[in-house]
Amino acid sequence: MSKDIKIKCGLTINLKGAAENIVKKAALPKSISLNPADFHLITPKMAVKIGDHVNAGDVVFYSKKNQEVKFCSPVSGNVKDIVRGEKRKIIEIIIDVDSFQKSKKFKTYKFENFKREDIITSLLESGCWPFINQRPYDIIANPSDTPKSIFISTFNTAPISADIQIILDDQKNEFTTGIKVLRKLTDGELNICVEKDNQTFINEINDVVIHNVSGPHPSGNVGVQIHHIDPINNGEKVWTVNPEDVAIIGRLFLTGNYTPLRTISVSGPPVKYPQYYKTIAGSKLSEIINDSVVNDDLLRFINGDVLTGKTVGKDSYLGFYNNSFSVLREGNHHKLFGWVPFINNKVPSIYKTSFSWLFPNKKYDLDTNMNGEERAFVVTGEMEKVFPMDILPMQLLKECMIGDIEKMENLGIYEVAPEDFSLIDYSSSSKIEAQFIIRKGLDLMISEVG
Amino acid sequence: MNIRNILDNLKKPFNKGEKWEKFAPAFNAFDTFLFVPNHTTKHGAHVRDAVDLKRTMITVIIALLPALFYGIFNTGFQYYSQLGTDYNTMDIIVHGSMKILPMIAVSYIVGLTIEFAFAVYRGHEINEGYLVTGLLIPMIMPVDIPLWMVGLSVAFAVFIGKEAFGGTGMNILNPALTARAFAFFAYPTYMSGNQVWVSEASNIDGVSGETILGMLASGSNSIPYEPMQMFIGSIPGSIAETSTLMVIVGALILVYTGVGSWRIMVGSVIGAAVTGLLFNLWGANELMSFNWINHLMVGGFAFGVVFMATDPVSAAQTVKGKWIYGILVGLFCILIRVFNPAYPEGVMLAILLMNVFAPTIDHYVVEANVNRRIKRSLKTVKTA
Repeated sequence: MSKDIKIKCGLTINLKGAAENIVKKAALPKSISLNPADFHLITPKMAVKIGDHVNAGDVVFYSKKNQEVKFCSPVSGNVKDIVRGEKRKIIEIIIDVDSFQKSKKFKTYKFENFKREDIITSLLESGCWPFINQRPYDIIANPSDTPKSIFISTFNTAPISADIQIILDDQKNEFTTGIKVLRKLTDGELNICVEKDNQTFINEINDVVIHNVSGPHPSGNVGVQIHHIDPINNGEKVWTVNPEDVAIIGRLFLTGNYTPLRTISVSGPPVKYPQYYKTIAGSKLSEIINDSVVNDDLLRFINGDVLTGKTVGKDSYLGFYNNSFSVLREGNHHKLFGWVPFINNKVPSIYKTSFSWLFPNKKYDLDTNMNGEERAFVVTGEMEKVFPMDILPMQLLKECMIGDIEKMENLGIYEVAPEDFSLIDYSSSSKIEAQFIIRKGLDLMISEVG
Repeated sequence: MNIRNILDNLKKPFNKGEKWEKFAPAFNAFDTFLFVPNHTTKHGAHVRDAVDLKRTMITVIIALLPALFYGIFNTGFQYYSQLGTDYNTMDIIVHGSMKILPMIAVSYIVGLTIEFAFAVYRGHEINEGYLVTGLLIPMIMPVDIPLWMVGLSVAFAVFIGKEAFGGTGMNILNPALTARAFAFFAYPTYMSGNQVWVSEASNIDGVSGETILGMLASGSNSIPYEPMQMFIGSIPGSIAETSTLMVIVGALILVYTGVGSWRIMVGSVIGAAVTGLLFNLWGANELMSFNWINHLMVGGFAFGVVFMATDPVSAAQTVKGKWIYGILVGLFCILIRVFNPAYPEGVMLAILLMNVFAPTIDHYVVEANVNRRIKRSLKTVKTA
């Protein structure tokens, strides 16, 4: 079964330095890190102390609110450090990696006969549960909920993001197994969104609904796809899983091991050799990518893509969910009369106030300059151009700023995630921080409505 | 030493904790005018569009320039052509410039002074909206209005029309039209009648400067102008609104760059054309039987719908709302022209009226969106 969805509004930003189709196998990292900040609103309760030895799949910390949700070590090794910040908040758990890897075995044999509860228990025990996210709120799903459907988007449309097909290339069996496992979690549909006119092994998977999606970014965002296929109403839950995480779940049920392998794209205009690296979640980045990144202090390193990623230091670790790592030049320079229209064509725009629209295939070398200063909301109609949902983005943002819960609910807060507003961040002429505002709005909803 | 270093040195006393910290917004306004700041992204998307408010506002000013230049020309042309003496193009331009440039200077000096004062008082950066407002105000005034009246109208518009509501982005009425409406009701003898539309008409006997709409309102049906003149704009009227051609050039710039809302412009033209056509069929007075196409070309209609009705802050903000708002601006403009001989030109009042109703229009568009969502959720509950 397959259906067509066509997204009309949006913006595809062509950047230089997209990763080429070369997959390099990185050596086993010397250390890895688990960063509780990767899991939104999770307060960790530690299960290990400094010096403890853990196997891959051993619990490192629990969620304080719901101790069923476990976060496990991706490798075997010794807990080297638990970095704490203000008020003893746990910032990072660093594990020195053993040269010989040992894994905890989970009982996943003959999972075809498992009931829904058994699958959930296996996912929780093995540390795979955090891969299952829920909408509304864009947080880790609650294992006691029953989702009305599950969505998996199998393509990225964000600028210089990772190509999922390259990532899944050697994990087809794992991915298909993962889908079989997830199929048992919902009585509703399991929806897989694929890029239209790109026939792959995914189109052959049975017992799922395949949607052919086309259009500019954000057509690859799972939230946009949910909105057009099976929108979330008040009180409903939809679960989403990243495609590469489906493969990790599949591997768990095929082998009984928790092995969160990651194929990450390293991309960005300043990157010398933009390509893919095969490594493990939480790896130390500098160990892997030293050869491909130009050595320069004025660079910004981003865990994730350039629209939604998190700024990290050069010596930091790969995030739990990331399949891409981006590098940009810092834009902390002044531009003389940079606001004059029609003279600077170096930045693509939703407005035709530069000639950049004449070159639709040109690739740009953007830096992190704001290209202006924050101003009051003035121009209307620009957000709707990059927001392909039947939701009024400006009105919703304003209610989030005020914190009017009833109006936020009416205007569709349950259907959106910060990433859906990333293009509004990009294109706002008043330089509004839309993702930040929406995240705060969602957090308010969680604390007030739950 | 380059300009950047000089600016950075000058800026030191304005930095946080220094003695002139309070006046930082004023200094920053000059600084950011010269240089796009070196700010980098902190939250959210790491890369940003080239567009900012300065660029959108400057684009509007570029779109206004053809009408402004034609306005300067027409001011001189109307004066000399009615005077009957010999003249050349240079005379026309000099006369027009002498009349109009001081008005623009007064408008910017008074308006920006108040804007700067409020920015310093409130401690926020100066918004660029006044760059457009300050140019619009002289462009929609009669040419002989005294400079102090321009200054007073500007002050009223910025104080009462804008800052009283919280500043840029918060105002309900279009500030430029607020200025014009203030002058219109406070000093009616300078703002309407037969003697104000051509430079010095009240001082020199031979010059009469009635507008076409004024003639029609007084019951005259012999219009001494051809439709082509109405289109080109060589007719008496407020400074820069007479040339429909130049306004169309501006409209094309706004629509092409995406800065102005084409929905409002098209909506207004549809609204006015349909209303005009219906009145043509009725034809009970001179204004009713005035050809609907000419209705679109005379008076400030074209200028109003392209540059004033599209002001994003005071117009409707939703996509559907913009259509409704535009159509109603057009409709009310012709209605006021036809039914109220005291106001031969209706576009100013039509836009101000719709400014007031824009939030109501948006309210119903938003409610429709909310109701769609509620309906959808009820449907799923039933089927579940």
